[in-house]
Amino acid sequence: MKFSGLQLYALAFLIFLYGPILLLPVFAFNDSTVVAFPLKGFTTQWFQNVWNDSDLWQAVRNSLFVALSASVIATMFGIFAARASTRYRFPAKGGIMGLILLPMVLPDMIVAMALLVVLLALNVQLSLLTVILGHVLICTPFAVAILSSAFQSLDQSLEEAAYDLGEGAISTFYLVILPLVTPGIISAFLISFTISLDEFVISNFLGSKDKLLSVYIFGQLRFPKSVPTIMALGAVLVALSVALLALAEYFRRRGIARTGLKNTGGFL
Amino acid sequence: MAEAKQGRFLGSEAAYGLGLVSPTAIYAIMLLAAPLGFILIASFLTDGYLSIIPKFQLCNYFGECASYKVVDGALVETQKYLGAWSDPRLFSVMVRSLVVSLLVTVATVALAYPMAYYISFHVAPARKGIWLFLITIPFWTSYVIWVFMWNAILGFSGVINSVLIGIGLIDTPLNMTFNIQAMVITLAHSFAPFAILPIYVALEKIDRSLLEAGQDLGESRFLTFLRVTLPLSMAGVVAAVLIVFIPTIGDYVTPKLVGGAKFPMIANAIEVLMLKGDNKPLGSAIAVSAMLIVGLMSVLFLFLNRRYLRGPK
Repeated sequence: MKFSGLQLYALAFLIFLYGPILLLPVFAFNDSTVVAFPLKGFTTQWFQNVWNDSDLWQAVRNSLFVALSASVIATMFGIFAARASTRYRFPAKGGIMGLILLPMVLPDMIVAMALLVVLLALNVQLSLLTVILGHVLICTPFAVAILSSAFQSLDQSLEEAAYDLGEGAISTFYLVILPLVTPGIISAFLISFTISLDEFVISNFLGSKDKLLSVYIFGQLRFPKSVPTIMALGAVLVALSVALLALAEYFRRRGIARTGLKNTGGFL
Repeated sequence: MAEAKQGRFLGSEAAYGLGLVSPTAIYAIMLLAAPLGFILIASFLTDGYLSIIPKFQLCNYFGECASYKVVDGALVETQKYLGAWSDPRLFSVMVRSLVVSLLVTVATVALAYPMAYYISFHVAPARKGIWLFLITIPFWTSYVIWVFMWNAILGFSGVINSVLIGIGLIDTPLNMTFNIQAMVITLAHSFAPFAILPIYVALEKIDRSLLEAGQDLGESRFLTFLRVTLPLSMAGVVAAVLIVFIPTIGDYVTPKLVGGAKFPMIANAIEVLMLKGDNKPLGSAIAVSAMLIVGLMSVLFLFLNRRYLRGPK
């Protein structure tokens, strides 16, 4: 009895969680500009609008450029910090790692405004570059978290074996450690990429006239007429996000299988 | 001797570690610590026209302040304003942010606990991964679109109202957006995955034989839960509370889209003061106050947990 009650609860929770996502495709194909039941009929008009909107494509290109740059840099920073924190003891370790991980718990608005005030004071022109600076800051903690667990699950005796067989520190890193954590690196990259793609506050305040996708979407929400188009766009984005995440999860599991450990949980 | 010491340091573990962490650390110091320090200092300075005048004062926090303009080398007062904690409007924004994020935290964690419990105790081990995956997906999809969807669902001519009218339950649409409830629902939804994961991890760590022992010693299932499972999972609950509370108090998109009012929450107030209002010292004071509130609440919660709930040390 208790069991089935919990099961019902779990089901209700999933419906609450997925309700909005499931409504996206429903209204994306609905032949009406008003988001309401009853449905009016089937149309692919909104997807065509998405396809033909040149501003939107420009925003997509900007977003991809920013997300790619930010996630590559964040992943590299993540490798440095995660390797240092899992393998070595050094002074002020807690403080340094705390600072690096701080954006995870700091409101984006405060990060964005603090950076903005300084950039304006230094007379830096806002551009996609300044957005990348901000995105690297908020993606790095997630990359560090994922890579730390990848580095942690390394068996240190493998490294020692390489040293015993005459390899140096650098060749050991390339030949032994890097291949073992590659799945972690890929999943850190994909997660950073997703975070950057979805980020709004920093993109909005550190950005210039070159809009990012999330900023473009936010701007369109003021116009009731473009609501169904945004729904169609949302449906496409959700599908892409799910595909990316499935890929990240696949690599994470392969990484776990490679280091011979048991799968103990999700991304975080 | 200094040389020998340096030589020992260069070859040491500490040097390797510091060297390896330095690119990331330097980036964080330059682009995070320095700007945050700048904001902290700015909050004690004087507001000028499109600038900050380096004159120390406390009135951005308490009391009455004034903005100045430089005319022919002299400071001319342009406008008076009240400090962050003295202005009733700004004070109420801070209180509202605190109330909303506390409500969101309670709702989210209370809803998340049974879900985490279900996955940990009732889902077969082989299928736990897929459940966790299902729960984390919504978190990784576009946040702006989520908030917007809730707006469409709760809106005046939105999904819920059209369904309720359609089945004849109500005649006039209900007003469900642009208030605190709408913010709470939307935020509770977006932070649900954050709350489930730490609780789940804590539940997974519980030695199942302890539960059997509890029942063997004559406790009912419910009492076993209350006296064994719940206390042992408190670490996860604390983590969940902090993970939900901290970002919600500074959320910008949800209050902007479904919150109503000119600036419903702290983040919106910071935006208005810093950009449209061109009052960077006051905006900084609010930002610093927000960080203080978050820090104090976190410490308070950790302390309460240790003191009364016999949580982890």
